Amino acid sequence: MTDTSIFVPGATTQPAAAQGEVRDYFALLKPRVMTLVVFSGFAGMIVAPGELHPFLACVAMLCLTVGAGASGAINMWYDRDIDAEMARTCARPIPRGRVAPSEALGFGVVLSIFSVMLMGLAVNWAAATLLAFAIFFYVGIYTMWLKRRTPQNIVIGGAAGAFPPMIGWAAMTGGVSLESILLFLLIFLWTPPHFWALALYSCKDYARVGVPMLPVVAGARATKRQMLIYTLLLLPVAVAPSLLGLTGVVYAAVSVVLGLLFVLCAWKVLKAPDGDDRPAKRMFGYSILYLFLLFALMIVDRSPGLITVGLVPLGAGG
Amino acid sequence: MAKQERRGVGDSDVHRAKRGKNWAVLAVLVAFIVIVYFVSIIRMSG
Repeated sequence: MTDTSIFVPGATTQPAAAQGEVRDYFALLKPRVMTLVVFSGFAGMIVAPGELHPFLACVAMLCLTVGAGASGAINMWYDRDIDAEMARTCARPIPRGRVAPSEALGFGVVLSIFSVMLMGLAVNWAAATLLAFAIFFYVGIYTMWLKRRTPQNIVIGGAAGAFPPMIGWAAMTGGVSLESILLFLLIFLWTPPHFWALALYSCKDYARVGVPMLPVVAGARATKRQMLIYTLLLLPVAVAPSLLGLTGVVYAAVSVVLGLLFVLCAWKVLKAPDGDDRPAKRMFGYSILYLFLLFALMIVDRSPGLITVGLVPLGAGG
Repeated sequence: MAKQERRGVGDSDVHRAKRGKNWAVLAVLVAFIVIVYFVSIIRMSG
């Protein structure tokens, strides 16, 4: 008999899920993924032309953050069966019994509705529509439809993660333009090599739970070739913001160097013997740094007083 | 054990977890009210 059962009758009959603490609900929001979403969304807002009241800009960022987190919570609800089987995800709140699946679903749905409605009422409905579509795409298209059906899951589903800078742009301008599509493409092309690097060394986990990631279905060699192709495609797209006048020469030069390093990572992964996971792990780490640095450069490049030299006259891309 | 014996009603892990969630919900609600208030002021002032 425990002391808990003496002093708090009924407490031991509570399901384990009822013991979920605030940090468990926070973990449902996938805070690490949220960091990149916030950062890329913020970059989209900074490089966009137009003005927005600072408080409304903060609300837009909040909505974007909460919306991204909400879709993560719904993703964890849907994937709870395979999460429990995989080493990388078995410590998540639902597999551990800290949060009941139905609570996670309710949490995600309520936050999704809250973020989209507040974005629409406080900022504009273009940004709200994009946010709603991004949540739908991540949950409906990627998680529920593609993830367990096709090895191209991450290619198409990766679009969901590419929306944040577009949403940030729409929050500032009230619409979509070529420049914001370019920011979308940047993350869209970055996602496959980033995620496949992870999949290369988590291959056994994915195979065990039946998720047809490319290394599981097509093998490591084919995946490595695809990764190299995507990093090569990413090179010109990463420089393109400078060609459109969104960013300056500094961004252009550094993005080329960073892009070449990304290609080099992919090349080393391709040349690594089967079974050697170190190059893939290094590439996964570098891919995160790469995207953070690119968006950090965009923010710095557009900061007041720092835009000195552009490849095209400033404002031409606006 | 001795430490646990000093626990009274409302001090169990379940109660602490629930209390934490209640405070978090309160904080979110207050934040939401503040946000809606300022958004209204800003939008009305054009």
